[in-house]
Amino acid sequence: MPHLRPGPRGIVPKLVPMESPAVEIVDLVKRYGGATALDGLALRAERGAVTAVLGPNGAGKTTTVEICEGFRTADSGTVKVLGLAPQRPELRPRVGVMLQAGGVPPAMRCGEWLRLVARFYARPLDAQALLVRLGLADHARTPYRRLSGGQQQRLSLAAAVIGRPELVFLDEPTAGLDPQARHACWELVGELRGAGVAVVLTTHHMDEAERLADHVVIIDRGRVVAEGTPASLTGAERQLRFRARPGLALEELLNALPAGSAAKESPAGHYIIEGLVGPELLATVTAWCAAEGVTADDLRIERRTLEDVFLELTGRELR
Amino acid sequence: MTALDFTPAPGAAPFPRMVLAQAGAEIRAMLRNGEQLLLTLIIPVLLLVGFSLAPLIDVGGGRRIDFLAPGVLALAVMSTAFTGQAIATGFERRYGVLKRLGATPLSRAGLMLAKTAAVVAVEGIQVVLIVAAALALGWRPQGSFLGAGLLIVLGTAAFSGLGLLMAGTLRAEATLAAANLVYLVLLGAGGVIFPLSKFPAGMRPVLELLPISALTGGLRSVLAQGAALPLGPLAVLAAWAVLSLALVSRTFRWE
Repeated sequence: MPHLRPGPRGIVPKLVPMESPAVEIVDLVKRYGGATALDGLALRAERGAVTAVLGPNGAGKTTTVEICEGFRTADSGTVKVLGLAPQRPELRPRVGVMLQAGGVPPAMRCGEWLRLVARFYARPLDAQALLVRLGLADHARTPYRRLSGGQQQRLSLAAAVIGRPELVFLDEPTAGLDPQARHACWELVGELRGAGVAVVLTTHHMDEAERLADHVVIIDRGRVVAEGTPASLTGAERQLRFRARPGLALEELLNALPAGSAAKESPAGHYIIEGLVGPELLATVTAWCAAEGVTADDLRIERRTLEDVFLELTGRELR
Repeated sequence: MTALDFTPAPGAAPFPRMVLAQAGAEIRAMLRNGEQLLLTLIIPVLLLVGFSLAPLIDVGGGRRIDFLAPGVLALAVMSTAFTGQAIATGFERRYGVLKRLGATPLSRAGLMLAKTAAVVAVEGIQVVLIVAAALALGWRPQGSFLGAGLLIVLGTAAFSGLGLLMAGTLRAEATLAAANLVYLVLLGAGGVIFPLSKFPAGMRPVLELLPISALTGGLRSVLAQGAALPLGPLAVLAAWAVLSLALVSRTFRWE
């Protein structure tokens, strides 16, 4: 049964069978010369939801997104965007794109660019209102090359949404933004989601994914290493953390703790106790500290963050 | 904070509106760019005025202005369709503009149509200014304006093909350097200001096959000698256009 989402002013979008997701990728492979960028990647992004693609530099985030945008072709595998092959021209008005950088002639004025892009669409948003919304109204007459990095990012974001697409791809939308601009961007993504737009964004900011995404896909070396809601990825498990002098002998503590608990020092002087974190575990740990003659600093109980999950999955070494 | 309705309402604008919007942006970009204006308007007009007033060159009989005006018109076509377009498109490719436009409903064919429309519009401005200056200097054109128009159209196609061939394959900096170099070489060796008759006889048949020589020679035979339709130059220009545009369609890289 096709599902119709009535638009404003009686605009009814074309019949859209809801069973085709915003993006569906199966077994995607892409090689550049001898290097394998994508190695059997699978991904599904639902309509009306925010999907965050997380991964270290070089993991294959941009390659994945650019294949979906139709800029690159896959070596093998299937990619469907709104149920269609990514190169299909009828996708262009339906999909908004924010490149990681550039895309605007340096001498073009900020407002001029947005109005130009608006004229490619049948029912665009009001360019001036969008400029105001993204804090660019005072720079409408500024050439692109004189905008700050954050202003350039916001202009690219505006151009991605001005055509009122069903799906937007945002490649690192908040890279280089100051905290105010980041929050403005997050708010906009939230509004898009509220209006029924599917958003696929790449990021390596964990807080961004945790905060915005309905679905998080962590990729590394061209494969998906974990996915789920932020809550399911971080798990219900809690940890007890504290700081003390480095090199405490943890064996005795482990003996005293209930079975299934784990204790580690990482990095030096930072202790993490995992297991059934409750009053008993807390009492055991503080008793042990007293016996060792150490004061536990910054003692706190918390959930794993997405950053913990990310570093566990993708390692700590720099790339 | 302004309320914006992001509810999806996708749709492409009508094709003519997209092409006109893009063509307008391209024209504004060309007229705003100081170096481009120097190349497309100031240099041709200065050459026309300078060489017609000062007896620096021997045009081999006839009035200097009647020789120079068709050559400078050909130079104007080359500067916009070839040099200006090659440099601008090369940098658009480098800055990701062509890529970004590829994600909008404006098709590649639409973009190329817009670029062509913008080149033709700027050529219109050039022709008006150069013809006005030449008439003021005493130019008396004759012959078929239709023939001259046809030569300009084919010349535009040939030079656009060559410019886009460079812009779509070379790095932007290499395109900048090469497009300026080719402009200078063709200005000197294409009969624009110095008649081909001044070159050694052995070189002339080769030089006459250059697109700029075909355009200057063709325009001169129409506007100075009153020829109806100079078939030789038209054939040379058509060959360059077909060859270069075919190569463009095979080699042009959008990124």
